Amino acid sequence: MVRAAIIGLGKMGISHCAILGAHPDVDLVAVCDTSSLLNDVFKRHTKFEFFSDYQKMIDTMKLDCIVIASPTKYHADMVSYALKNNVSVFCEKPFSLVPSEGKLLAKQAEDLKLVNQVGYHNRFIGTFNEAKKLLKTNILGDIYHFLGESYGPVVLKEKGGTWRSEKGQGGGCLYDYASHTIDLINFILGKPVKVSGTQLKNIFSADVEDAVYSSVTLQSGLSGILSVNWSDDTYRKMSTQITVLGKKGKIIVDATELKIYLREDNKAMGLEKGWTTKYITELTPMVKFNLRGEEYTAQIDHFIDCVKNKQSTNISSFASATDTDELIALLLQDNR
Amino acid sequence: MERVIFGDNQFFGVNHASDEKSRAQAIRFKDNKAIMDVLDIAIDEGIKTFMCTTHDRIADICRIIRENPAKYQDFKIYPCMPYAHKYANAVTELGIMGTIKQYVPGNLFSAVARGGVAFVKKDFVSMMELLIDAELKMFKGINTPVVFIQNVITDLLLGLGMTDFLVGFYEHIKKKHNAEPGFITMNLPLLLDTLENAGIKNPIVCASINKVGFRVSGSIAEYEKVIAQKRCRLIAMQVFAAGALPPREALEYVCGLDGVESILFGASSRGNIKQSKQLIDTLSK
Repeated sequence: MVRAAIIGLGKMGISHCAILGAHPDVDLVAVCDTSSLLNDVFKRHTKFEFFSDYQKMIDTMKLDCIVIASPTKYHADMVSYALKNNVSVFCEKPFSLVPSEGKLLAKQAEDLKLVNQVGYHNRFIGTFNEAKKLLKTNILGDIYHFLGESYGPVVLKEKGGTWRSEKGQGGGCLYDYASHTIDLINFILGKPVKVSGTQLKNIFSADVEDAVYSSVTLQSGLSGILSVNWSDDTYRKMSTQITVLGKKGKIIVDATELKIYLREDNKAMGLEKGWTTKYITELTPMVKFNLRGEEYTAQIDHFIDCVKNKQSTNISSFASATDTDELIALLLQDNR
Repeated sequence: MERVIFGDNQFFGVNHASDEKSRAQAIRFKDNKAIMDVLDIAIDEGIKTFMCTTHDRIADICRIIRENPAKYQDFKIYPCMPYAHKYANAVTELGIMGTIKQYVPGNLFSAVARGGVAFVKKDFVSMMELLIDAELKMFKGINTPVVFIQNVITDLLLGLGMTDFLVGFYEHIKKKHNAEPGFITMNLPLLLDTLENAGIKNPIVCASINKVGFRVSGSIAEYEKVIAQKRCRLIAMQVFAAGALPPREALEYVCGLDGVESILFGASSRGNIKQSKQLIDTLSK
């Protein structure tokens, strides 16, 4: 059994807690949070040992791995402490507020051959993986443009009282929503390295942006548009979509379906000229425990498999997450 | 429970296979009249039970039903709580305590009789009971013989091992609301094991059951084994696997499973409602 613990019992932490709690190969031995309310709930109603001091938890619980789901500004210290104690780490996104710190942590984890993963769960969704696979075969020919979009209904009123609404804490649409879109662009198309014309717009929030619009260029030279808005209640929940345009056709992919338009038949991939739609129902591998979508379990399963097999290459590593943090820093800079 | 139960996803832009379709549905069902028209079609086709989330707009639907008692005399609603996105978005914006403050009736921290006391005594099951009562307010005067807890909450509590709350929900619905408690889940075998260990036998459960295993956890074989054991009063949902299966093929499979008591589906057109209802009736003979 893999001995695991969690720091931070917010929305993501509690979700990870349930997934780890139901995992047949995991012994979730401890959880850590500073809330006395959660302390009472967990002490009374679960079997997990509860800590309010994460260092004490890491020092005493003989962990193989840890999930860190605290506010972003604490990530670096917590990750560093876990790595120093030879504990593999799954950290929530965004990884780090200071990209140089993230880089150091990525190197540290690699040097120690410890499993390192960041919670970009879109990398575990069947449709996005299918898009990546299709694009690898050069199915669209020369690609000339992409569009990465995420929209959803998070901040719809002029108030807010959590760390997510404070400047410089890893809150805001850029860290919370756009990080997913940027990471997916990196995953499907390649590393983004340059931005221009960035507009971070306040809609309802006083201190953080509610929308992010920018022109993004990848290492390969391909350029495209990033368009993200978390104050859009025409969407029932967060919807992320990547559109890729090439000389031979176009791909539009979101978490539920992949639509591909080809100007000619592609016999090798069994795709006909015109539109083809592939649905998530045919692209999603089954998981053992389903909480809020297969991808949340799939990412934890991948992490636990890596821990069991001492495999340090990862689908969503510290290093790839740091690429996203670097682009976020560029977007902030460009907006000034 | 009746063999056929009508669902509500189509009314609120929930479509598990297409975000685009889901937005189109949200546009079509902007007005409550559009929802009532489809409900009336379902009733016309002989479906008398509507299973729906405690979405804000259901309050309006309930009002219309209350205002037409003769027309909806035999109509039953199975409420499913909570509408999770409402709380999830609130938690991101307001934090867990802020969310509780917003949604528990009255002020939890003042002396609102039971609420205040429950909070001081850290009686979390009682706090949950208050949230349940708040969610059920909109159904006052409507026949709600079964009340469900949504899969996000059921499965979260399952994973956390917080069985106390599942049992608390079960007992509260029975005692206070005089209804049968039901559990929606994506993890049927684990739920049944857990509930049975807590002393709850033969509960009403609603789970994804379909030929392709969409939103089925573990394996289809594992599900079929558990279904055949008849350890619960089972409602099959997502029988069409979000549209991946043709209606006849989908319904042949689920109607052929001995151990499935009811089948839940949602649809927007008379054609689809009629076809599915007739297929289920025929295949269930």
